[in-house]
Amino acid sequence: MKFSPSRFAQPRLAASNAAPSADARQAERFRAIVLPHLDGAYNLARYLTRDPTLSEDVVQDAFVRAYRAFGDFRGGSAKAWLFAIVRNCSHSATAAQSAAAVRTIQETALSENQAEQVDSHTDEGADPEQQLIAREDAAEARSLIEALPEPFREAIVLRELEELSYKEIAEVTGVAIGTVMSRLSRARAILCEVAMRRGSEPDQSRSSR
Amino acid sequence: MAGCSDREALLNGLIDGELDAANTAAIEAHLAACHDCREAFARLQGVRETLSEPGVRYQAPDRLRAGIDAAIGDGAARNRRTVLPSWLAPGVAGALAASLALLLLTPVGTGPRIEDEAVAGHIRSLQVAHLTDVQTSNQHVVKPWFNGKIDFSPPVPELAAQGFPLAGGRLDYIGGRSVAAIVYRRRLHTINLFVWPAPGPDRTVASDGYTVTEWSSGGLRFIAVSDIGASDLNAFKAAFIASTR
Repeated sequence: MKFSPSRFAQPRLAASNAAPSADARQAERFRAIVLPHLDGAYNLARYLTRDPTLSEDVVQDAFVRAYRAFGDFRGGSAKAWLFAIVRNCSHSATAAQSAAAVRTIQETALSENQAEQVDSHTDEGADPEQQLIAREDAAEARSLIEALPEPFREAIVLRELEELSYKEIAEVTGVAIGTVMSRLSRARAILCEVAMRRGSEPDQSRSSR
Repeated sequence: MAGCSDREALLNGLIDGELDAANTAAIEAHLAACHDCREAFARLQGVRETLSEPGVRYQAPDRLRAGIDAAIGDGAARNRRTVLPSWLAPGVAGALAASLALLLLTPVGTGPRIEDEAVAGHIRSLQVAHLTDVQTSNQHVVKPWFNGKIDFSPPVPELAAQGFPLAGGRLDYIGGRSVAAIVYRRRLHTINLFVWPAPGPDRTVASDGYTVTEWSSGGLRFIAVSDIGASDLNAFKAAFIASTR
């Protein structure tokens, strides 16, 4: 027998006499299908806006919108569906923000530093030196990504950190798969180049330690 | 970047696993012959390795998670602040529903409810930050940890060499009994392997974007759940079976 969850959804819900409303079922489904991608949504917003505070607003906003639009979600990749919304919200937020220019930039830089400090206190473990190296590597990788121009940054984050397929990336970013391929290829070429210029070629820096 | 510029897209496609069989074979043959492209390919792998460091991918702050949780609202009238009810409530409702579903619909002994529960257990393990009770990559720590907590002894092979490092274990509750949940990683993904003594089917199904692969061996039923694709999860199953044989 082929396993089809939808066939069994009806009797299960009928069985509980508490009769959960359509809203309750929707909330339940949303939690199961969309909520698990919260970290990914935040990660994407974080790299698109490059601003920790703004990212939180963007993701909160995106989830509210996603929840409202969830009735229209017709299957497929929930992750790609959510990410397209996150991307739109990021663009609106950064556009609104650039209007409020200078003051915001200073605050952003400040909160970024604070965030890094908070981060640096969170992981505790055996070998502090190893951790420091790992943290430096991670910080270096983050700054490499953040320095990429937006279309390349977006493509590389969706592919390498969120592991979306070319098809899903095309869906999120609204471009053809061929464009996704060329952006990824260009993004990686830039990353190699910059990493080498900074004197730490990615794979060699790892093995020499 | 050095290497043949016309092969660059193919190298990227290869590293992303997006090429069809013919193109894969063609570029692999070219790699075997072309030193520059091998170097270019190694650089691409270097980039990938650098970006897969833990700490590169940002994680949502707890207060954001809590805010969104509140915004979604209390769908099933469950108290989400405490872990216990959210663990128990679906179990009770599920058991009731299952008996009804069995009566009404299910032509075979084991309905899909177990897979649903396994997927729910997988999602729960990621949501409440309670993935592992014993957190280690050492199989000799995980296996004894289960002793005395459950009445059977699940195999806990080390599969890091096959690309599935062990992350730890915990107890979970499926089908009305305590089961072992052994946690493996696949790159950034989590695989929950639920194990308990029972006969079981041998199949792979998809449920709400999760892949569920089941098999049974030595009187134990195994259900692996993850968001990785069916081919990856079947590779996990094959590696697991091969190393416990």
